[in-house]
Amino acid sequence: MDKDNMDIIVSNLSKSFQAVKAVDDISFEVKTGELFGFLGPNGAGKTTTIRMITGLSKPDSGTIITAGIDCSHNPKAAQHLIGVVPDESNLYPELTGFQNLCFCASLYGMGKAEREQEARKLLQAFDLSKAADRKFGGYSKGMKRKLTIAAGIIHKPRVLFLDEPTTGIDVASARALRIMIKDLHKQGTTIFLTTHYIEEAERLCDRIAFIVSGKIVATDTVQNLLKHHEGKHFLQVTHQGRNADIAERLSASFAHLSFSFSKDNTFRVESSEPINITPLIMCLEELGIDVSEAKRITPSLEDVFVRITGLEADAMRKDKEKQGGAK
Amino acid sequence: MKKWIAAWNILLKDVRTYYLKPPNISWGIIFPLAWTGMFLIRSGSGLDSIPALLPGLMAISILFGTTSMMAVTVTFEKKNSSFDRLLLAPISFDLLMLAKTSGAIFFGMINAVIPVLLASFISDIRVASWPLLILAVFLIATVSTFLGLLIAIAVREVFEAQTLSNFFRFPMIFLCGLFLPVSKLPIFIRPLSYILPLTYGVDTMRGLITGGNFMPITLSFAVLTAFCIIIFGLNKHFIKKRWIT
Ligand SMILES: Nc1ncnc2c1ncn2[C@@H]1O[C@H](COP(=O)(O)OP(=O)(O)OP(=O)(O)O)[C@@H](O)[C@H]1O
Ligand SMILES: [Mg+2]
Repeated sequence: MDKDNMDIIVSNLSKSFQAVKAVDDISFEVKTGELFGFLGPNGAGKTTTIRMITGLSKPDSGTIITAGIDCSHNPKAAQHLIGVVPDESNLYPELTGFQNLCFCASLYGMGKAEREQEARKLLQAFDLSKAADRKFGGYSKGMKRKLTIAAGIIHKPRVLFLDEPTTGIDVASARALRIMIKDLHKQGTTIFLTTHYIEEAERLCDRIAFIVSGKIVATDTVQNLLKHHEGKHFLQVTHQGRNADIAERLSASFAHLSFSFSKDNTFRVESSEPINITPLIMCLEELGIDVSEAKRITPSLEDVFVRITGLEADAMRKDKEKQGGAK
Repeated sequence: MKKWIAAWNILLKDVRTYYLKPPNISWGIIFPLAWTGMFLIRSGSGLDSIPALLPGLMAISILFGTTSMMAVTVTFEKKNSSFDRLLLAPISFDLLMLAKTSGAIFFGMINAVIPVLLASFISDIRVASWPLLILAVFLIATVSTFLGLLIAIAVREVFEAQTLSNFFRFPMIFLCGLFLPVSKLPIFIRPLSYILPLTYGVDTMRGLITGGNFMPITLSFAVLTAFCIIIFGLNKHFIKKRWIT
């Protein structure tokens, strides 16, 4: 491992809150200039990991090296090199958008002229110019989110931590934001991004770590992760009506195929051989079930995630949306 | 240089968002006024008693002004987690604490000016040394601000901070010789007076205004300074322990 090319090196990091093991002996590296994704369901330990790396939380054990600086004993040692966008929009409700950005820039020692110029630029880029002189407290949720992100990048950090940047904002804004993240990445910023959107991670990240219950279960490039499914064939079947023992019957009749059922009248078939559709449909018809659609699918990162973590990707997403909506 | 830009802007933001707000300004004036009026009426001894009351009034204004401010500027920001931004800023805890407290110290000192102004209108105030009086006011404001920070660190909610502050503030009115000389307290209570910093501050101000101090002024200054340093150290310890969890 070449330490000079690493902006974050985390080794054997652990953290418990009373009985909860929030982060359980995780290790990973993020290369300089890399866009690294931390993907996991609610309570997996993503935020806790960011808080430890950025110096807001004390690890129980383990070491953290940020931009070549060992922060294990002095959590403040590398804070001048990092930017953090927390999962909660925590700017000052009493200050305007413009004042908030200028204040955050000043915390990193930026002079008045420079920070005002940068603040204007960012307000423009995030389409907030019109709200620049309104108090942050009166912003909508999406506007708050955007300003919080602007505040995290105004001082042009070398390493940027983004905790679920696109949660709670509309599709267009999320898209714009992803483009902005890509731009920052192109300019050479090292980015550590947590998300529960599998597609987001797949589209943006160079490498991804799956974290579940405080443990990292896989870390690799998207391409390599997809290799898990190389040579596999998938079929997705949508049907009408339901029969209690559909799962049992299918598994018994087609022992060489594996089935995974979801609640919304679809199931997936996986096989290492090309799948012959006709016998399947006939079997379903015998059970009195109409097939409305059967299609081959190319495996996505979602399939890899489900396989490696044993979690239902759907369940994770829905969980999240509920939470996002309640915020 | 960069660190000082950060510290200065933290102070500036607090002044703009909290200290210069109308409620705070009016509170800072009304509160000392109310106490002054109350004591004048209660004592009934007329205008002659004003110089004797002044040290206590100044102390009470500083104490309540600074501790209330800390409850708001620190507990409130901790509660809505905007304080995390300050903890993420690349400045030391020492500098951060100084930036967060200097506004309260300054406004605490201004709170003390109001009773003095008022008293000098209606009565003849002779101060042995204005620079020493200002120094005493500064030390009292500093030590009570640091106490306020200690309380703010210990709690989660703003109202808890106020309640806990009162738990200390009201006994201090009676224990620190603000209106009742420490020498008149029952002997078994007196040790308590001597472990409270305000006792030394009030005694110094009394010495400078009426000449009735019972401890040497230099000793009081030394003790107050020591209290400031010790409480500052405690604050730093508890911030690291309770906020970086
Ligand atoms: N301050 C705390 N006190 C007690 N438990 C905590 C604290 N912070 C986190 N936890 C627990 O640690 C675990 C990991 O939480 P964390 O916030 O890191 O998850 P996450 O992956 O960020 O989840 P989400 O996707 O919901 O943001 C959870 O079980 C959570 O309840
Ligand atoms: Mg989180």
